[in-house]
Amino acid sequence: MEDISLVTVVFMLPLLGALPLIFVRNLTHQTIRWLALGVSLATFGLSLLLVKNFDTAVAGLQMVQKWDWISGGNFTIRYYVGVDGISLWLVLLTTFIMPLAILASFGPIKERVRLYYIFLLLMEWAMIGVFVAQDLFLFYIFWEVTLVPMYFLIGIWGAEDRIYAAVKFFLYTMAGSLLMLLAILWLGNEAGTFSLPDIIARLNSGDLSFSTATGRWLFLAFGIAFAIKVPMWPLHSWLPDAHVQAPTAGSVILAGVLLKMGTYGFVRFNLPLFPEASKTFAPYIAVLAVIGIIYGAWVSYGQKDVKKLVAYSSISHLGFVMLGIFALNSSGIEGSILQMVNHGISTGGLFLMVGMLYERRHTKLMSAFGGIWNAMPLYSGISLVIVLSSMGLPGLNGFVGEFTILLGSANSEQFSMWFTAAAAVGIILAAVYMLYMFNTVFMGALDKDENKNLPDLNWQEAWSLVPILVMVLVIGLQAGYFFDFMDGSVKQLIDQVNATVVAAAGQ
Amino acid sequence: MFEVPGLGDLNVAATLPVTSLVLGTCILLIVDLFVPTDRKHITAWLAALGIGVLLVLALLALGEITEFGDGEEAFSGMFVADAFTDMINVIALITALLGVMVAYNYLERTGIQRGEYYVLLLFATAGVMFMGAAGDLVVVFVALELLSIPLYILSGFRRPQEASEESALKYFLLGAFASGFLVYGIALIYGATGTTNLHDIWQAAGDIVAGHKSGRFLLLGGAGLALVGLGFKVAAVPFHMWTPDVYQGAPTPVVAYMSVAAKAGGFAAMARVLASGLSNFALDPGEAAVWQDTVWLLAILTMLLGNVVAIVQTDLKRLLAYSSIAHAGYILIAVAAAGTAAVADEAVQSVAIYLMAYALTNVGAFAVIVAVERDDATNTGLDSMRGLANARPWLAAAMALFMFSLTGIPLTAGFVGKWFVFKAALAADLIPAAVVGVVTSLVSAFYYLRIVWLMYFEESEVEVSTPWPLAWAIGVASVGTLLLGMLPYILTDMVREITLAFGG
Repeated sequence: MEDISLVTVVFMLPLLGALPLIFVRNLTHQTIRWLALGVSLATFGLSLLLVKNFDTAVAGLQMVQKWDWISGGNFTIRYYVGVDGISLWLVLLTTFIMPLAILASFGPIKERVRLYYIFLLLMEWAMIGVFVAQDLFLFYIFWEVTLVPMYFLIGIWGAEDRIYAAVKFFLYTMAGSLLMLLAILWLGNEAGTFSLPDIIARLNSGDLSFSTATGRWLFLAFGIAFAIKVPMWPLHSWLPDAHVQAPTAGSVILAGVLLKMGTYGFVRFNLPLFPEASKTFAPYIAVLAVIGIIYGAWVSYGQKDVKKLVAYSSISHLGFVMLGIFALNSSGIEGSILQMVNHGISTGGLFLMVGMLYERRHTKLMSAFGGIWNAMPLYSGISLVIVLSSMGLPGLNGFVGEFTILLGSANSEQFSMWFTAAAAVGIILAAVYMLYMFNTVFMGALDKDENKNLPDLNWQEAWSLVPILVMVLVIGLQAGYFFDFMDGSVKQLIDQVNATVVAAAGQ
Repeated sequence: MFEVPGLGDLNVAATLPVTSLVLGTCILLIVDLFVPTDRKHITAWLAALGIGVLLVLALLALGEITEFGDGEEAFSGMFVADAFTDMINVIALITALLGVMVAYNYLERTGIQRGEYYVLLLFATAGVMFMGAAGDLVVVFVALELLSIPLYILSGFRRPQEASEESALKYFLLGAFASGFLVYGIALIYGATGTTNLHDIWQAAGDIVAGHKSGRFLLLGGAGLALVGLGFKVAAVPFHMWTPDVYQGAPTPVVAYMSVAAKAGGFAAMARVLASGLSNFALDPGEAAVWQDTVWLLAILTMLLGNVVAIVQTDLKRLLAYSSIAHAGYILIAVAAAGTAAVADEAVQSVAIYLMAYALTNVGAFAVIVAVERDDATNTGLDSMRGLANARPWLAAAMALFMFSLTGIPLTAGFVGKWFVFKAALAADLIPAAVVGVVTSLVSAFYYLRIVWLMYFEESEVEVSTPWPLAWAIGVASVGTLLLGMLPYILTDMVREITLAFGG
């Protein structure tokens, strides 16, 4: 028996942790909550070992586990997991966000508690699976499986329109993935394997090739699935419904991790598999990304509901990530990966914040608040830092990501300068809607009677926000540490993209 | 003149699982006469026991741990005992076992506990197994009747309830009509090739195609008519009209069994006739088989109609009837893919995988309906699912699992089935069929999800009875659905040896 890789341990732990919740009878609600928290904390702890054992000198996959799983006459499917510089921080983001989401649910979730935490842990399992899977079959499994717990989380514990939102979320995202399924099957049939590194190696060696047109079709089949998940304008319409109707933890997971599965997919699959198509489509994607940046910001500004405002701001932020990825240079892609993490942390924090307000007042309308700082100083102070981080204040995490992305975009061979200029406008707009929100909710006079006696944070709420605060500062001040882990893998990726295109042009 | 083969030449041992089933059932029919009316559970137990023993034998044969008889042919080529036969045997017997378990308490509480039920169910199972083993068109026909006639009777088992009687009559009339098509098709194929043996047909078809002989028009007509007859059995559009009415009217445990058994039998026979006997029947030698285009067009129609019409259904049985039409469409894609010689094995294997997955999932789903149905055959509407999750968490979880499996969500058997069907379709370049397949899967997600949301997102009082045989049936089906979904290599290993194409 081979050794079991640390990646497998981190990946399977949430599933193992969910088993007692499923099978052990007569657990009290308190036991269930602490058990779930314990499992997610243990997962986080082990995932820190991933960072410790990670060798930044290696560009390829590390801590790999590779078992033959299914084999037929002309194909193999493997259980094939591992991390590299691209996926490492996304795994960490997932394991970091989950304990916070669980802790923040202690108070609000009082019904069907057991089911709730089962779904949260299954969600964590599936999300880590998406980021570590290196076999297309395995990847597709977890890509689709993430829909199921989220469907239940929104549908059971969501707000008024929860059923509509849950079904829309499920169908909309499934619509994209089905074309990807066909593309995966097509690739697998051609290559005789579903293992991504093997397919990429065969493509690079010229052992496997397909026509330009086929490459573009496949790019689109993968790309639409990812674009819906991101979501890119104009495929974003599921997002406001799902984010707003979901319970707090659901929104945190959706915004914090699920959306990154889309952007991660572009980096992991589209770029190395279809380099020619990536270059060809890059300017078009950049146009959509810039539209998304401006549109998201604009619509955010128009919201009366805090949660909707945060939801639409995601469209804007993810626009930056897309822009960075398709700049197709190292600062663009590294900035994007860091910005995925940043957005997960800040927007996760914003949704936690909104959830705490909602728990106290049962409304999310900005007009219902005002002068909250006077009633809840601790809460408001933390919120200010998160808001500033989200709008990209220098010294905080959001700035580093956005700045690096803009740098990449400005230097990109694919883009005209206008994209960068337009995107920069988005940063200004972000300041506008974020500060407008902060001003309306937190500043001014505490003039509404209902708000006068709002209690400040309790310990669970404080502890779910403090780690976010810490990470906002750590990434903001020490971004170089995070980039170091990405350098090797991203450089290799860009070489692959360029080499294949050069080879194609040389023929 | 005819040579009479000796008993040894017949290789009877190769047919052991199915012949002993037939013999055992005949004995059970007589034994049942002596079982007092109020103790019919003895008949049920005997039936279940027999199926259990045969299932073990069939699994041993499938796993190549034991081999019955000597070689793959029996009864002078009428009967084929290969890996495909073994697989269909396993599917048929599992379905039958679950069918008995689902039926037992239902028959009791609705006052129709009669021994014939189990006997008829076993005969139908033998029909399915013969269809999977057919090496001759005559066997296909006889097996089809052996499957169909018990099902007609079972559909009307709840007489004097009108819906049940109506469903039996409808099924019988249309079924008889379809059998006519099949017989006529067989006659034309015989006319073209001078034989009813599939291997000989294959050889004759090869000559006809190579020589551009005029017999190919006759053969084309024969193949088309046979396809109509079998298409009726599997509920392919446009031969599906009977399905919703029969499914809605027939007693639910019958539907649970029939929805899978008829499909398994029909597709087994279709695979034998098309992918074996007529596999080389092309317009020009080396091309894809001539029936391929027809079959994938039927597949597209079937998937579209089944899934779209299912959306508006308000009765669970009717909804699952349309869903079963839709699933026939997915399997038809794989059958069509078998028309491309290079993909034939993979395609037939995916048919077997899909049938296995479908068997567990669909019987399970109907078993849940049996649990909520009242004694007067009411409460089978979608509303009956409302609030099930709070009242009966495990039952609701099982139903949700079945719904996800039917949708084709990963980690369920249904996904594995769809994966391999679409994979075969793409390998055979049937891209339109594959695209329609995934798009209609999305459509199907809507109505399957609706059942899940009624169970989980809404509240209501529910009254459910799950006596232990039913509970066990649901348990076995759900564990099987999950296990095959998480460990798909079980399925791929089961079908690895299947090949229907004749060589040389």
